[in-house]
Amino acid sequence: MTQSEIHQQAAIPTQDGDHQQHPVRLYIICWGLLFVLSAGSYMVDFMQLQGVLRWSLILIFMTLKAGLIIAVFMHMAWERLALSYAILLPPLFVLMFMAIMMFESDYTVLTRIEEFSP
Amino acid sequence: MQDTPLKQPSATPAPGLQGFVDDWSSDQRTFKKVSWGKAMMWIFLLSDTFVFGCFLIAYMIARSSTVSDWPNASEVFALNIGGTDWPLILIAIMTFVLISSSGTMAMAVTCAYRRARKPTALLMVATAALGATFVGMQVFEWSKLIHEGVRPWANPFGAEQFGGIFFMITGFHGTHVSIGVIFLLIVARKVWNGEFDRDERSWMCSGKGDYEAVEIMGLYWHFVDLVWVFIFAFFYLW
Repeated sequence: MTQSEIHQQAAIPTQDGDHQQHPVRLYIICWGLLFVLSAGSYMVDFMQLQGVLRWSLILIFMTLKAGLIIAVFMHMAWERLALSYAILLPPLFVLMFMAIMMFESDYTVLTRIEEFSP
Repeated sequence: MQDTPLKQPSATPAPGLQGFVDDWSSDQRTFKKVSWGKAMMWIFLLSDTFVFGCFLIAYMIARSSTVSDWPNASEVFALNIGGTDWPLILIAIMTFVLISSSGTMAMAVTCAYRRARKPTALLMVATAALGATFVGMQVFEWSKLIHEGVRPWANPFGAEQFGGIFFMITGFHGTHVSIGVIFLLIVARKVWNGEFDRDERSWMCSGKGDYEAVEIMGLYWHFVDLVWVFIFAFFYLW
């Protein structure tokens, strides 16, 4: 079998149009939910909530919105796991980096207070 | 040229975790049932995730390691409408504009699956218009802040790093939106002219009825919205 034949064979499933057809209703619901969640996160600021309640609400609304956009609008929910994992797992390194830098900046601010305060 | 694959690609790859292992250990290609254009757009978006991730981490470091007070975004971005101060109102409107544009883009992609030429093009133009509105509001916000004396090196509200971080992050995001608007218009024009319905190949189209360029464009556009979700949460609300 020649290379080109193999490529043709491999390309068949995509050219067949393995296109996902979803009901428009699903997108409308997702759209509406995004609006509600955005309004919710704006209300967090409008009502001047403070402390842990504020931070947890911001993070909850953010995660839900990001999840809806990735899963429904970007069709990640219907992709094969090979692609989903390849895209969704590497950003965990960003979280790890964030954790490292949190310790680092904690140390920096302590040093600044120690050395530069009058 | 004898080059037999170790494992023939099967027409119906297994689902779930078994499929994950099969795909990654198989010969030829890993991302089955996904075109190269789409796979590469996803990989580009992953790299962009790292770029924005690093910006947000830099912001976190600056904010948590400064000894001076961080400016209160709620007050800095407040607008006086009809005599009352509305906290963060412009940013809230920008968020709704961008989410609306994501909705119209999702509709455009749905229409593209059905190969409905005109609705697809019109919805993409609507998306571009909403994106341009967003950029316009960002220009307004920038000029307002610059007028109030916010500079990358200093500002009248508190910690100096605020200005640099603000211009860097929103500027980079605004650039992404602007590029998205331009490409939306290019693809919309191609759709309107029926270039995806002709039996010829181009760099965006592999043949008659191949509307995948719209879906790939959609991926980019939704990503821009996705990044804004994080900027809104961490920079404006936190």
